[in-house]
Amino acid sequence: MNCAVLQFPGSNCDQDAVKAVAGTLSLKADLVWHETADLNAYDLIIVPGGFSYGDYLRAGAIARFSKAMQATVAAAERGAYVLGICNGFQILTEAGLLPGALRRNDHRQFRCDMVELEVVNGATDFTRAYEKARVTIPIAHGEGNYYVDDEMLKRLEENQQIVFRYASEQSPNGSVANIAGVINERGNVLGMMPHPERAVSERLGSTDGISLFRSILTSWRDGHAS
Amino acid sequence: MRREPTEQEIRDQRMYVKFGLTDDEYARICTRLGRLPNYTETGVFSVMWSEHCSYKSSRKHLRRFPTQGTHVLQGPGENAGIIDIGDNLAVSFKMESHNHPTAVEPYQGAATGVGGIIRDVFTMGARPIALLNSLRFGTLDQARTRYLFSHAVEGIAFYGNCIGIPTVGGEVVFDARYAENPLVNAMCIGLMTHDQIATGHASGVGNPVLVVGAKTGRDGIHGATFASAQDPNEKERSAVQVGDPFMEKLLLEACLELIATGRVVGIQDMGAAGLTSSSAEMASRAGSGLTLDVSRVPCRETGMSPYEIMLSESQERMLVVMKEGESAIAEEIFAKWGLEATVIGRVTDDGSLRITEGERVAAELPIAALVDEAPVLDRPAVRPAYLDQLNVAPVRLSTQGDLTGDLLALVAEPTIASKEWVYRQYDTMVRTETLVRPGADAAVIGIPDSQKAIATSADGNGKYVYLNPRQGGAMAVAEAARNIVCTGARPLAVTDCLNYGNPEKPEIFYQFRESIDGMSEACEKLGTPVISGNVSFYNETGGQDIYPTPIIGMVGLLEQAERLVTSAFKRGEGAVYLLAPKGQAIRDGLGGSAYLAMKRPDEALSYQLPAFDLDAEKAVQDACLALAEAGVLAAAHDISDGGLAVALAESCVQGSVGLAVAVTIAPDDEQEVLLFGESPSRILVQVRAGQEKRLKELASSFLVSFLPLGAVAETDRFHITLNEKTAIDAEVSALRDAWRGAIASWMN
Repeated sequence: MNCAVLQFPGSNCDQDAVKAVAGTLSLKADLVWHETADLNAYDLIIVPGGFSYGDYLRAGAIARFSKAMQATVAAAERGAYVLGICNGFQILTEAGLLPGALRRNDHRQFRCDMVELEVVNGATDFTRAYEKARVTIPIAHGEGNYYVDDEMLKRLEENQQIVFRYASEQSPNGSVANIAGVINERGNVLGMMPHPERAVSERLGSTDGISLFRSILTSWRDGHAS
Repeated sequence: MRREPTEQEIRDQRMYVKFGLTDDEYARICTRLGRLPNYTETGVFSVMWSEHCSYKSSRKHLRRFPTQGTHVLQGPGENAGIIDIGDNLAVSFKMESHNHPTAVEPYQGAATGVGGIIRDVFTMGARPIALLNSLRFGTLDQARTRYLFSHAVEGIAFYGNCIGIPTVGGEVVFDARYAENPLVNAMCIGLMTHDQIATGHASGVGNPVLVVGAKTGRDGIHGATFASAQDPNEKERSAVQVGDPFMEKLLLEACLELIATGRVVGIQDMGAAGLTSSSAEMASRAGSGLTLDVSRVPCRETGMSPYEIMLSESQERMLVVMKEGESAIAEEIFAKWGLEATVIGRVTDDGSLRITEGERVAAELPIAALVDEAPVLDRPAVRPAYLDQLNVAPVRLSTQGDLTGDLLALVAEPTIASKEWVYRQYDTMVRTETLVRPGADAAVIGIPDSQKAIATSADGNGKYVYLNPRQGGAMAVAEAARNIVCTGARPLAVTDCLNYGNPEKPEIFYQFRESIDGMSEACEKLGTPVISGNVSFYNETGGQDIYPTPIIGMVGLLEQAERLVTSAFKRGEGAVYLLAPKGQAIRDGLGGSAYLAMKRPDEALSYQLPAFDLDAEKAVQDACLALAEAGVLAAAHDISDGGLAVALAESCVQGSVGLAVAVTIAPDDEQEVLLFGESPSRILVQVRAGQEKRLKELASSFLVSFLPLGAVAETDRFHITLNEKTAIDAEVSALRDAWRGAIASWMN
């Protein structure tokens, strides 16, 4: 599986994603500069966290116009896996790869914490390796307040597109229906505010991100075995 | 364009006074130049000779700090110091204040403080890996304090989170003494290999000098002079700079990429006094000269005068000297990151700083006069009268005493309470190497692809230094080191941020001088040289000075990250002991304590501190370190604000365990001293299951005492018995709620 981690000016979780892919899958991910227009070689594209282009205007709003993001949209259309983490999730919603929008946290503060998540859909290509329904993965964001209207929420629920929810009664950011991560209808694009790349070893306090990366590799292998 | 005043007008109307120069200093400048300085030159001298840039009040005394050590690769005098941590790896760090800007505009003031210290570290060639900050505010019952506090924290979060450097530790203290003069001290740590070290030298005649990064605007003109003035209310908001962490992230990546080419001769942050101080200091270090054409500096606004360009403190800029003919390398790398790198001048050998605007010479000044010949003051110091009026501290405050209620109240004092409200606004985990997050004695950060980790803490106690400047200074160093050894790391070196009141008052200067001696003695004894630092004077408003508040930032090394010890008590492990100087587990009353300040606020400054002995401190730290390295410790926690009972409560809350303690003391009426007294040099340790014998054997080789306190319990009960009578009986969950909820309850 060929893996790319996009790098925008202002990305700051790009190296962490590379490290997590190496640590969990023993694969070397390529850092791909935002001016790259061709991502045909890649089976997994990670859009990492950070503050792409300073998050000026609105988080993710400028990054969607980059050459690398246009190539990512094309890659998603041909069926490549796309994983957007934190700022990456914001970019994927801005780029129209995922429904909804991420607003400023309802309490108006940045929030960094270990949070408990419910794996709502453990059957996706990104979550099939999870053996438990509750996992602990950190968050770190100021704009993670997920919004969709009632109609879209209903569709997401019906299609089982809600992959992660915050497990606590009170979400850490005000998200609609406690949503922490959603997948597209086709099932190859996942966006999530929590950082699975920060939960890949005991020394970081959680290993619950490992199954996410392993799920993707297993899914890719299955897809290529047939 | 407005006409600039002439040389004669500056002299006749004493305009230099507005710039912060005294009559005497102006006269010296005229004599040195053999002529009257023009407007730009007067501005350049005024910032270079300001307290902020010249350290004129402090320089003579700072020389007393020990700065040598076999592991010191770069001591004070550069943008940041550097220490060797083995395996060709090095760590660069420094702490700096941004107090005055924060008092005026807390969000940008604090944010740009973070931005400035990050630049100081990556200028050395190091990749920043951690941030800490030490904060002081007034009391939270004041609306203005809540405004300053919340905005400063938000500004720190804004900058550090965006740039992607984890904020891993620090401290926050609330005291009315800081109401008008909040302190924001930011520390940055960077990691590098030995061959990546860069310095701020402008050498090699003919080498090109470049301004890189952001464009120059009119913001922050005279920020350095402003930091050397007294009353923040008289300070102008326009002299506070505005930060752009996105720009700095690009600058960081571009500079590290540029330094890695090996083509950089020298590089320096444009911090206080911008282009003026960066150019003068770089030339001074190399013994060279510079000629700079300000008309080539990329400006954000039109019509900026040489004076404005030289004195602008626009953020996110660097001055770089490249090898001759290789400036294109810089231009190319910076273009990739969307930044400008512009040649504005050359290195010369005539020892002068020559500023031109196109063909016109705007200023021509001897660099030696600006840097080396800056005034060095010998300020008078007089022992303040209050020091001789302090009484022997009481050992008992309440007669009937609800000690459980006292403990619950003490853990909810904002200075002692959990700072979760603060640090959950910081990204503490980016870079995925944060092994111990904020809230512990010291933060621990892993070194990638290595078994090593570094531990770091920032500590200071202004009240202690006020009550005993020399001893308080030493205690600040000792506490920082104690926090480091509690993780199992060996303390290596110190950066200091020295925050004081008005140095023109002999009593304030006495506090400064004495505390430097105290810090120096402790650094010497504990083997932790000072490798960088910063002085902030004039933290005074309306005649009221802050407590003398030196903050010590310390870095230590854990050779084996897996040997890391944390402060949380653990289930299934052994007993809890008090590690203290031989025969001195309990001593010396309640002077300086948080308990005294809470129970008798009017008498908080009336009593002497408990005694402190550096040899005893060293023995305790050596013992703790030996025990940690031998792997016999399940937990270790420094005893500081609030004393033994608070430390026990914190370790229980962090581990979600109960505790049963039974101690016999004599005499009977000293229970408050035992529970809440703040005798220094004490550490709580929990032994690993089955390691009791080994602990006692190892401990017996040090001159320390081990007082058995009790055992961790699988309950929600925090129970302390003294002389077979219950002294404290609380639910751990109640302690946790009081401790965790205190600051949030003020802020929400």
